Amino acid sequence: MAKITLEELRKLRQKKQDDLQKRDIAGKDCQIIVGMGTCGIAAGAKVVLDAFLKELDAEKIENVAVTQTGCMGLCYVEPTVEVVVPGMPDTIYGRVDADVARKIVKDHIVGKKLITDHIYDRPSVDIMKNGGK
Amino acid sequence: MAFRNYILVCGGTACESSRSKEIYENLKAEAKKQGVEDVVQVVQTGCFGFCEQGPIVKILPEDSFYVKVQPSDAAELIAEHIIKGREVKRLLYDKDKASKHAQVEDIKFYQKQFRIVLRNCGFIDPENINEYIARDGYAALERALFDMTPDDIIAELKTAGLRGRGGAGFPTWMKWNFSKNVESEIKYVVCNADEGDPGAYMDRSTLEGDPHSILEAMTICGKCIGAHKGFIYIRAEYPLAIHRLEVAMKQSRELGLLGHDILGSGFDFDIEIRLGAGAFVCGEETALLQSVMGRRGMPVPRPPFPAVKGLWDQPTVINNVETWANIPVIIHKGGEWFSKIGDADSHGTKVFALTGKICNSGLVEVPMGTTLREIVFDIGGGIAHGKKFKAVQTGGPSGGVITTENLDTPIDFGSLIKIGSMMGSGGMIVMDEDDCMVDVAKFYLNFTVDESCGKCMPCRIGGKTMLGILEKITAGNGTMHDLDQLTEIGETMKKSALCALGQTSPNPVLSTMRFFRDEYLAHIVDKKCPAGKCKKLVTYSIDPAKCKGCTACARRCPVEAISGTIKQPHKIDTSKCIKCGECLKTCKFGAVSVH
Amino acid sequence: MSIVHVKINGIPVEVEAGTSVLDAAKAAGVKIPTLCHHEDLKATAACGLCIVKMEGSPKIQRACASPVQEGASYITDDPELFKARKTVIELILSTHPAQCLTCIRNQNCELQTLAAEFGIREQPFEPRVKRIPKDESSPAIITDPSKCIKCGRCVEVCQDLEGVYALEYIGRGDNTQMVPACGLNLDQSPCVKCGQCAAHCPVGAIYERDDTEKVRNAIFDPDKVVIAAMAPSVRVAIGEGFGLPEGTVTTGKIYTALRQLGFDKVFDTNFGADLTIMEEGSELVHRLTHNGVLPQLTSCCPAWTDYMEKYYPDMIPNFSTAKSPMQMQGPITKTFWAQKTGTDPAKIVNVAIMPCTAKKFEIGRDDNMSSSGYKDNDIVITSRELIRMIKLKGIDFANLPESEADSPIGEYTGAGTIFGCTGGVMEAALRTAYFEVTGKELANIEVDSVRGLEGVKKATVDINGLKLRVAVVSGLVNVKNVLEEVRQARAEGKEPPYHFIEVMACKGGCISGGGQPYASNTKNRIARSEGLYEDDEHCKIRCSHQNPSIQKLYKEFLGAPLSEKSEELLHTTYQQRPIYK
Repeated sequence: MAKITLEELRKLRQKKQDDLQKRDIAGKDCQIIVGMGTCGIAAGAKVVLDAFLKELDAEKIENVAVTQTGCMGLCYVEPTVEVVVPGMPDTIYGRVDADVARKIVKDHIVGKKLITDHIYDRPSVDIMKNGGK
Repeated sequence: MAFRNYILVCGGTACESSRSKEIYENLKAEAKKQGVEDVVQVVQTGCFGFCEQGPIVKILPEDSFYVKVQPSDAAELIAEHIIKGREVKRLLYDKDKASKHAQVEDIKFYQKQFRIVLRNCGFIDPENINEYIARDGYAALERALFDMTPDDIIAELKTAGLRGRGGAGFPTWMKWNFSKNVESEIKYVVCNADEGDPGAYMDRSTLEGDPHSILEAMTICGKCIGAHKGFIYIRAEYPLAIHRLEVAMKQSRELGLLGHDILGSGFDFDIEIRLGAGAFVCGEETALLQSVMGRRGMPVPRPPFPAVKGLWDQPTVINNVETWANIPVIIHKGGEWFSKIGDADSHGTKVFALTGKICNSGLVEVPMGTTLREIVFDIGGGIAHGKKFKAVQTGGPSGGVITTENLDTPIDFGSLIKIGSMMGSGGMIVMDEDDCMVDVAKFYLNFTVDESCGKCMPCRIGGKTMLGILEKITAGNGTMHDLDQLTEIGETMKKSALCALGQTSPNPVLSTMRFFRDEYLAHIVDKKCPAGKCKKLVTYSIDPAKCKGCTACARRCPVEAISGTIKQPHKIDTSKCIKCGECLKTCKFGAVSVH
Repeated sequence: MSIVHVKINGIPVEVEAGTSVLDAAKAAGVKIPTLCHHEDLKATAACGLCIVKMEGSPKIQRACASPVQEGASYITDDPELFKARKTVIELILSTHPAQCLTCIRNQNCELQTLAAEFGIREQPFEPRVKRIPKDESSPAIITDPSKCIKCGRCVEVCQDLEGVYALEYIGRGDNTQMVPACGLNLDQSPCVKCGQCAAHCPVGAIYERDDTEKVRNAIFDPDKVVIAAMAPSVRVAIGEGFGLPEGTVTTGKIYTALRQLGFDKVFDTNFGADLTIMEEGSELVHRLTHNGVLPQLTSCCPAWTDYMEKYYPDMIPNFSTAKSPMQMQGPITKTFWAQKTGTDPAKIVNVAIMPCTAKKFEIGRDDNMSSSGYKDNDIVITSRELIRMIKLKGIDFANLPESEADSPIGEYTGAGTIFGCTGGVMEAALRTAYFEVTGKELANIEVDSVRGLEGVKKATVDINGLKLRVAVVSGLVNVKNVLEEVRQARAEGKEPPYHFIEVMACKGGCISGGGQPYASNTKNRIARSEGLYEDDEHCKIRCSHQNPSIQKLYKEFLGAPLSEKSEELLHTTYQQRPIYK
């Protein structure tokens, strides 16, 4: 990648923000984001990540991007996973293991149903979205 | 096919006890009864953390937040909200908000946290610079490079009132200003990522989750003071954070946001990573700088201060990771915005690593001025397993304990010092009735004695001597005179040790002695440990009334301290007993007890 | 330099900006207790005893490391400060062996003095003394780590003053020790035996190897002919052990004391110094006139020789092959004097009294040190050891009558005596080199440009049109500046920046050597140097080549400087040695 100028940086930012709005991540409309901070990894996030990839592969699901993120602040219920599916609320699941991962693929992504007993909420407002007060 | 609505019923323990399970079942039944079970899905979730207003029910996608819901409300919720699309106002949290869609984000008290430092953690892939950029990443750098002078940057920080988050709370604008005003061709910017407090991992999570914020902040500082080289001194025990930083630096350099002629501004700045090698004392700024220069990590006297004469005798700004993480937000949103958060003594937020005997352990970031009670009980969810709160320890090995009587202390730099503790870097360890405060003091002192660099006599000798006395006390050989000696040595170390490690290492001891003197007296006078923690002071015994003589414990005992014939009550020889606890674990009849 | 006005305990005092509170207090006549602080070293602020308060501020600062602030009023003593200091001393004592009565520093120990001044009457803390074995591997210096109070002075000296890096802080916290790296002993380390660590140690943790018993045994052996010879610097230091002012020249008294101790003959190594000038001066002239390797580096300091062989072996061709005064005196005694007097050299025991600990190592350096067919010098004792011997014998030194040294190895000139000061060898050599080159005597024989206590002095001396460029270095850490210039010129094929360089390992020269009475401060160095320069002024003869005994030695025995006999007895060779064994 070439070094960018100020103008190019601003254009890049705008484009990425638009992509986020459109929920378009590398051309896919669904996203599974696994918390991969040390707290998550220590709790078994890598196993969860592998379970997702395996399950999506087995079910031949092509429109889901699996990415990683840092600590969401829900350390006491790690591993945590955020699931983004158009038409459904963005959901954060906690205490995820390989079984729950498979359930998420089957029920949430395919069946468009939330998984009970595993839903958690972000502990704070997103100050970058609202400007915060 | 997705559902049109989702009803989330909070399933935390508090809500459980208020019948949230019943609410959940009723809602499901009503949905079926009213024929909308294909339109709305009802799920039970984890704790939302708003226990005092529970049971909580949240309905998406409107984000309607219903509080104090009763099982009997289920029918109305389905009929009104789901079928007719009208919110049930009497159950809404903020009744004054007449708007159709009450935004959850506006509710301050529900979500007591306010994440500035951790703003991107959990929102972005830290190994993808585009995601950082999309969330206004590097916008602050744009401003700093093209729209602001160094004095403007200082002014913005001054308005913000940001104080160092490493523990000392020194005004950041002042430190940068000192360096800016020294005439020198060569200056340095350093990030202290040697987070050493036991139980603290705020900096680690920030670096793992949002490494670019640090890079951006250091570059802004470079522009402000006139430095072109930065160092991130990070402890080698954080390999993931190191990896994420390296990836971030690589991506940043590729785009030209780090290195030569950044964004075509003509400004050069690059950063090098230096690894720590297992010394807690290298988190002390002067010792850290010695280590960067390849020397033994021992603190040196100040003045001169690093801001004026630091690395290789050049002006050096050194700040903690958390301080750095605040910088881009302050430059981007303005110091004015930042100054409104927090209280008069301390602006902004503070990240705490809430751990120990707590339900919801994890990283919490709260505005300064939030009380300890709110953190421990509201955000933390109270003490786990129904035990009683005893104390919370802030500031790691440099801090003191805070008891119930001071739980309403607002968290800011000044208030904590008044009650004999300190903010420190943000470790917050909660203790319950099973924790022995003498043992806690001994644990921390053991740590600081091990980590003492050994240069100055008060810390090297004083710390070890105090530890020896504590070991005497927890072994049952303490005397009242020992308490006087602990105070004497502790006070001396506070006045004459060379660096903050030595000066603050007596704090856990002095603080527990102040607030839990009765526990010390129990150990010394009664030779007993009330919490049952200190091994040498507990005795194991078998209740002959409950003992069935099954010999299971005797067979388990590694030192053959239990004697008795089969089917007859057994006895423990306390002189042989090593208090390993195996007999207690083995006995199926509850005949073994510990005092 | 701007002036700062402060008050110390209410006493107003004016000092230069940047002065520490400790020094400002000294100027006001107030002594703040210290332990780790040393004038020669940058303040490490380790002991915590010098804590003071500033009126109006709750902060407690360390006086040694805090520069004075304009208008500030400092309090150096109040109940809180006193209590803290007392507790720190009690803590130090709790980890220090209570062996004062049998310690080499009994009555001469900074910790002992501190405890006495603070009126410590009890040890409230549980004693926690580590039993660590002594390191007696080195021929010159012994370390006793169990007595070490970790003040850090030895490490700072070895690294910052000498650049040898034999000692370092090893381990952490309570396990810290000041020892060589990698668990090696002193003999295996880069140690050059200069003894500056021992000279700066406040307690009995590092000290000279004591050889006084060997000397007494030899003296009491009727079979042996025991000969004493003292170095230039010894004569201005011995008096200090008996209450005389610093730098008092007591040459005559020392001769008397030595005879009372039982030595059979009393010579003077200043003679050897004159001899060294003859040989080394001739060597210099030879290099200058015969396209020899330049610059010539002096070779009389054994710590410097060891340092060169380890760290700068590329300078071996530059090193003067002349031995040190002591190592010239030794073989001359066992050959020339033995033959002259018909003494069996096998029975001669040469005892050299030196300001230097490295001399104990030099006598056994290699076979060159036995050029007489026997060990040229048998025992070296330091000034401190001689003082102990004199006290043990009950001699009332201060009131001794003066006497003369024995001939012919006792007469010396002023040039010989100034060897003890940094720049002295240079000055002595110039006085003779001038004569050798021009045939005339140097008009102003006091060459001020090479006198003084700075670490590096550079000068140009006019020898009949030839501009001789010289440099004088004291403190081994300063060697690199000068030698890097030499190396660079060599690499670029340019003329060497200097013709002649004198190097002394110890700051100020031998007068401040590792074996001298404890002082190591500027005032003392000035006093002792002035003593030697005065001794030079009082000498009738002040140039080595004019020494009649020297002239006789050449006429009767050696022939001429650099003759075959001279080369055999008075010159040596060098080799590269490993930094770590």
